Amino acid sequence: MTTTLPTPAASDGPNEALSDFALDGASKSFGSAFGDMKSRLRNGELGSLPAVLAIIVLVTIFGLSSDTFLTALNFANFLEQAAAVIVIAMAVTFVLLLGEIDLAAGYTAGVAAAVLALRLQADWPLPLAILMSALVAMALGLWTGALVAKLGIPSFVVTLANFLVFQGILLILVKSGGSIRIENDIVKGIVGSSISPGLSWVIGILGIVGFGALQFRQAERTGVPLSMVAVKTGAAAVLILVVVSVLNRNRAFANAVAEQRGMPYVIPLVLVIVLILSFVLNRTRYGRHLMAVGGNQEAARRAGINVVRIRLSAFMFCGLLAGIGGSFLASRVNSVDPNTGGNDTLLLAVGAAVIGGTSLFGGQGRMVNAILGGLVLALIPNGLTLVGKREPFGWELDLGSSGVKFICAGLALMLAASVDALSRKRTS
Amino acid sequence: MVADSPILEAKGVNKSFGPVHVLHDVDFRVYPGTVTSLIGDNGAGKTTLIKCITGIYPPDTGEFFFDGNRVHISGPKDVAAFGIEVVYQDLALCENLDIVQNLFLGRERLKYGLLDEPSMEQAARDTLASLSVRTVKSVRQKVSSLSGGQRQTVAIAKAVLWNSRVVLLDEPTAALGVAQTKQVLDLVRRLADQGLGVVLISHNMNDVIQVSDRVCAMYLGRVAADVPITREARREFLVELITSGHSGDVGLATSSDSTEAI
Repeated sequence: MTTTLPTPAASDGPNEALSDFALDGASKSFGSAFGDMKSRLRNGELGSLPAVLAIIVLVTIFGLSSDTFLTALNFANFLEQAAAVIVIAMAVTFVLLLGEIDLAAGYTAGVAAAVLALRLQADWPLPLAILMSALVAMALGLWTGALVAKLGIPSFVVTLANFLVFQGILLILVKSGGSIRIENDIVKGIVGSSISPGLSWVIGILGIVGFGALQFRQAERTGVPLSMVAVKTGAAAVLILVVVSVLNRNRAFANAVAEQRGMPYVIPLVLVIVLILSFVLNRTRYGRHLMAVGGNQEAARRAGINVVRIRLSAFMFCGLLAGIGGSFLASRVNSVDPNTGGNDTLLLAVGAAVIGGTSLFGGQGRMVNAILGGLVLALIPNGLTLVGKREPFGWELDLGSSGVKFICAGLALMLAASVDALSRKRTS
Repeated sequence: MVADSPILEAKGVNKSFGPVHVLHDVDFRVYPGTVTSLIGDNGAGKTTLIKCITGIYPPDTGEFFFDGNRVHISGPKDVAAFGIEVVYQDLALCENLDIVQNLFLGRERLKYGLLDEPSMEQAARDTLASLSVRTVKSVRQKVSSLSGGQRQTVAIAKAVLWNSRVVLLDEPTAALGVAQTKQVLDLVRRLADQGLGVVLISHNMNDVIQVSDRVCAMYLGRVAADVPITREARREFLVELITSGHSGDVGLATSSDSTEAI
């Protein structure tokens, strides 16, 4: 191609030294792939690294200062505590990706749980009761979405109002002071029961194979070397095998009648949900458009994307997932009361998403982040309770008290939000 | 290099906003394989003209021809269907997405109902290579990690990816440094060399002289001159056209009758 211009050699900037798509296609060495990771971190793209570090630090500290923390019983208990918050965090991730927020997600979970419990009490078959609960949760999400996307009211205001409205609905459904018992064994079993140890191993091995396959596929596309895939898959394999073997140990109390072994049902459930949602976000046109709207709404609009529909649907999916989280909440205590989904549920969910590395400013984040952040936020109260009373400097302090737990969870969230804000400053 | 018949032509365009007559019988032509620079002072009517051509404003009077056929423009979608793309100053890129994702935004390729990444990635690389863009490390780089010039390049590539035939560029070099400006101007030139009709809106006379084959100068809502220029054109000639509507024997006869537009 000739140009009519006199062309002196272009003096490219330093960051343009590598050219010609030099990094495309060519398979990279282990060192350069590792270097890529480091440069991403330097550029402020921390992703989920802080959450992973936090998990390691917290487990080490609590493990050293409590005898019961690193037991099979507490491990299973801790995962069951985390599950509902993780699912609600994934719900909130949907709207966080758009740069919106849903402060009412907690009570959406509560209302959905109440609907499920009431329908079961009215002797509806379980699938119908679940469907009804899901439809109600989606309707609540759509209502929020319509106010935000169609009327253009800031989501903060709409969901703040809905926080009260949904709490009111929950109160009316449950009747103040009362609670709805759940008798259905399947719903009770989501969080309460465990898969047999044999099947737990099968699921664990499927998990390792699946993880390896996903890593390999991604590596083929991006040129990450196989050695990197092997290291990652190996690490995941060790982690999964340890988790399964711990869960397969008998964790019943010493004087219990029956043994208690195996993976709680809620673990594969959460993993299936995160797989489906990640798939939707990364591999479908809808997911791409959702990320685009979160990144630059005007660009998305000019590209012909129906921004209103994307926003509406994101709030609807947020409602649906919050509803699923609500059934996990109810399953854990086998009942629904006016505080289901209340208290700190919502704040922990938003905190989990943000601590995991999902940005509050939209466009950045992954569903897996919700799991990592959720684990961090579940570790804090779990560990503090077990550490219990301490006397630092002769001053008696119960680390297991709600006051200390709230302060620690709040500080963790604040730290994560600061990291988010700082990394955003750094990249722009 | 200049073809004889315009690919896009606007004839006798008038546009008023209330009592303010912004465009007076404006004629504007874009030839294939040619860079036409649209120059003029602030308020001369450049943006209004572009918005009339791209269907954002309906003109009061005026005819539009595409490939010699008279066409009716009722909105931006019609214009896109003809293969006319506009690269606005704000670029409209999603910084959180990578180059491939931005290039195909809203027009993703699917395979079995899922995003066909390998195919889009290859097409993105081919398009950038055909534009001789050799400054990006990877088409999987996020736009947030690109320099201003690279972003402009991606925005332009996005406009030409769809076999477009006319590309309108609004101040593409306004926010760029020297080296990056050169990259973008080279790219503008290559677009024309590939046979596209290119319209460059610019305030930078050096840029205009460097890449243009024709200059359309607007003065107070009228076309003061629509002339071929060479690389040897004097900067003062263009500045005079912009500031007084005529230069030597080129331009509006007198400027006094045009003051009504103010």
